[in-house]
Amino acid sequence: MSTPATIRAWESHFTLYRTIWKSSMLGAVVQPLLFLAGMGLGVGALIDRGDNSERLLDGLTYFEFLAPGLLATTAMMVCSNEAMWPVMGGFKWMRGFHAQAGSPLSPGQVSGGLTLWHATKALISVTGVAAVLALFAETRSFGLLLAIPFGTLTGVAFAAPLTAWSASRERENSFPAINRFIIMPLFLFGGAFYPVSQLPDSMESIAKVTPLWHGVELCRGAVHGRLGVGQAVVHVAVLAGLALIGWLAARITFARKLAA
Amino acid sequence: MSVDPTAPLISAKRLVKRFGDFVAVDGIDVEVRRGESFGFLGPNGAGKSSTMRMIGCVSPISEGTLRIFGLDPATDGKQIRARIGVVPQMDQLDDQLSVEDNMILYGRYFDIPRAECKRRASELLEFVQLSDRAKSKIEPLSGGLKRRVTIARSLISEPELLLLDEPTTGLDPQARHVLWDRLYRLKQRGVTLVLTTHYMDEAEQLCDRLVVMDQGKIVAIGSPRQLIQEHSPREVLELRYPAGTNDERASEVHGIGHRHEVLPDRVLIYTDDGESALAEVNARGSQPESALVRRSSLEDVFLRLTGRSLVD
Repeated sequence: MSTPATIRAWESHFTLYRTIWKSSMLGAVVQPLLFLAGMGLGVGALIDRGDNSERLLDGLTYFEFLAPGLLATTAMMVCSNEAMWPVMGGFKWMRGFHAQAGSPLSPGQVSGGLTLWHATKALISVTGVAAVLALFAETRSFGLLLAIPFGTLTGVAFAAPLTAWSASRERENSFPAINRFIIMPLFLFGGAFYPVSQLPDSMESIAKVTPLWHGVELCRGAVHGRLGVGQAVVHVAVLAGLALIGWLAARITFARKLAA
Repeated sequence: MSVDPTAPLISAKRLVKRFGDFVAVDGIDVEVRRGESFGFLGPNGAGKSSTMRMIGCVSPISEGTLRIFGLDPATDGKQIRARIGVVPQMDQLDDQLSVEDNMILYGRYFDIPRAECKRRASELLEFVQLSDRAKSKIEPLSGGLKRRVTIARSLISEPELLLLDEPTTGLDPQARHVLWDRLYRLKQRGVTLVLTTHYMDEAEQLCDRLVVMDQGKIVAIGSPRQLIQEHSPREVLELRYPAGTNDERASEVHGIGHRHEVLPDRVLIYTDDGESALAEVNARGSQPESALVRRSSLEDVFLRLTGRSLVD
């Protein structure tokens, strides 16, 4: 029985993951847990004592506010790193993409397999965080099940365009800058730790066009059962649009690199 | 579609590969027959790898025609690649995975069921004498062992045609001989081998026929023996003089043999009889630090054809 080519390309990434899944999973879950403990409990205690915190956080405690956003930030962190060095390695160091391109797989199937893998990796990490959130009464809800695909989509919205970028580069020297100047600022200003309405107006409008903000809003809304359909459609459309554009761009940059 | 079994396995006519303004392959004509072992010999930058990548159907041709198994890479690349094994210049193994896993996941690209991949992997690892390393990670293996894994892996799809791009570059002599032996056995099994090399001895050992490439063009074609016969007398007398004096000392041996060639480190005299040429050198009172008579090789052919030595 034949297996679709994109799945066969995906298998190589999954085979590698199977050998490192424990440390990988631990990393993906421990980091959000630390934020949950450090910020949620520590900073949360301060904030919840404030007079108008209820109003600012839309009736949520700080822990309730913070925790669901970590689904989206984790997906962003995991996927963006997965879309940088390992992609460079597939072309330049281990050269696994070249090996795939020499087989019956086409460059489009090679990049498709990778994007599918990024979605898988996001799904695994987000599910791990969701399992942790299910331990706490504040975040234990069926909405977590809806937040898992939202978080996964957030991950792909980062992975796909970054993959296209990484595949277009000869060297990895832009990657640390991407982490420092794109991923970290989004992490801090994307609405995961406080409502973006707290930011000055100009920054607030910037925050609202970043993919992370859409992901955070989706996950938070889903977990607390306060996501309007209209809002959800807009957020999903933005993330899906980014993922789609990224995927199409990656097909082009992969073809350029593999079929020169 | 039926394909004539006597038709050439690879047929290239006026084949060109350009990268921007740079012409890597400049209108070559090549035919490779089923079951033969065919070589592309030339220095770095001669266009060998570009040719191989076009034959491997990963790099589109810029001009000319190319047919592999009678099929056109532009339209049937996938079908052709399914029947080709590739040993690239640089190993493409996943360091963090075991030898066996590397082979299985590669077989999966060809849609071979996992269990069958596993069966073939163990057979092929036996063939390259690596059965005891099946569970070992790639990372600690030596260059020679990795090369053997790459060759075993390229065979997992049971290819009719095996493309080897510089299969033994960077390996020690012992590892090279092991590889040559395995490649010879593959040829005996009927696998068509196409390889590139810049080693003369490799081409002489492995190739039934070869082309000599230089700057994107084919400068000679034939069997190793034919090429040597056509382009170089039977024997070569190598003379070594004190460093830096080759040019002036070469005049002392002028006229001996068919011709002579001055290299940075040696003076070569091409002759049908090396011993009598040496006797004449001595008779003229020219005293080289050392002298060596050897059979002429493809290296001499290359030198003759291009005026340059092959390995940088």
